[in-house]
Amino acid sequence: MNYLLNNLPEYSAVICFAIGFSILLLNRNMIKKILGLGIMDSSIYLFLAVKGYVAGTVAPIVTLAEQAAGVDTTLYTNPIPAGLVLTGIVVSVSVTAILLALTVKLHEEFGTLNIDEIIHMVREEDRRKE
Amino acid sequence: MNKKFNKLYNILCVIFALIFIAAMIITVSALPNIGDATNPTNNEVSEKYLTDSSWETGSLNAVSGMILDYRAFDTLGESHVLFVATVAVFILLRRDEDSRKDLPTRCLNQSYEQAYDPILAKSLEFLIPAIFVFGIYVIANGHLSPGGGFSGGAIIGAAFILYLNAYGLESIERFCNSRTYLICSCCALLFYGLAKSYVFYVGANHLHSIIPVLADGSILASGLILPLNIAVGVVVSNTVYALYIMFRRGGFSR
Repeated sequence: MNYLLNNLPEYSAVICFAIGFSILLLNRNMIKKILGLGIMDSSIYLFLAVKGYVAGTVAPIVTLAEQAAGVDTTLYTNPIPAGLVLTGIVVSVSVTAILLALTVKLHEEFGTLNIDEIIHMVREEDRRKE
Repeated sequence: MNKKFNKLYNILCVIFALIFIAAMIITVSALPNIGDATNPTNNEVSEKYLTDSSWETGSLNAVSGMILDYRAFDTLGESHVLFVATVAVFILLRRDEDSRKDLPTRCLNQSYEQAYDPILAKSLEFLIPAIFVFGIYVIANGHLSPGGGFSGGAIIGAAFILYLNAYGLESIERFCNSRTYLICSCCALLFYGLAKSYVFYVGANHLHSIIPVLADGSILASGLILPLNIAVGVVVSNTVYALYIMFRRGGFSR
């Protein structure tokens, strides 16, 4: 049991990822699908951020005295995952923006956000053309 | 038939999610314990950044020193991703007078304009300058304290959005319209690109720039990092505001 509790943040990241993924699969509404994608993104950030954590340390901002004397690396957390999470956040913001813009266009075209109805309408249109 | 299929599909989705959770939990439980200093992620790379970045780049904040000096190309790419996303949204959502005529009526009947709210307007007279100053502080001290171009830019973008909602489009477009957006974003991206692409010509591991690195904890301590932070902050605040205005009413009015 102790073994299971050690990696608790990683478990929650995995479960959040699965929740986001099932939202993506279960909902017909495009906006809700995009929200599910956002939850998946956030779970990845949690996973990455937790990878850089070292128990009993503080954020990697050194003091001037340490800069002169030499930095004790055991006092600070790992700075690399923070940079990676930053990249991830920027990309997810951009992807969400483009997806939402496409959804706005879909709504203008079909008047609904339900993906099943949209597919139905597109098929009807194709049949009429034939 | 269709209803039955939907029900089956939903049940299968939930089962799939549960199997996924179980498989991933088994995988994750085999990973090394969280917070252990001997984990393979805490290797010589992060040690190098922590020991050397404070005097090599002059940035006390190791994350800032990392993303704007050692890995500045990554951040250049991020800024361009933001710019390209804004341009893509602009292409999709832009509405001028011609395209407005073609739209179905249900899309035109929405009221985008908010009524003038005296409480919001009066309280923002005090809040907006404070938010702007705070955002500029976060950007300018990105190498000394938590923060930097991305967080500071997001704060300033939020201040723009508040201003727009309180005083209306007419009043904000006096100083923040599509022309200033283009000029600020392109200048910031060009400056960033030029400042970092000199590395191509002088050898890949060239860390030094014309601006001296003082490494004394002052605001000019970190040489090129402060201008780069400002460039990133300009791009991010422009992006936040431009995305908002595009989704609000389909673009700048002038």
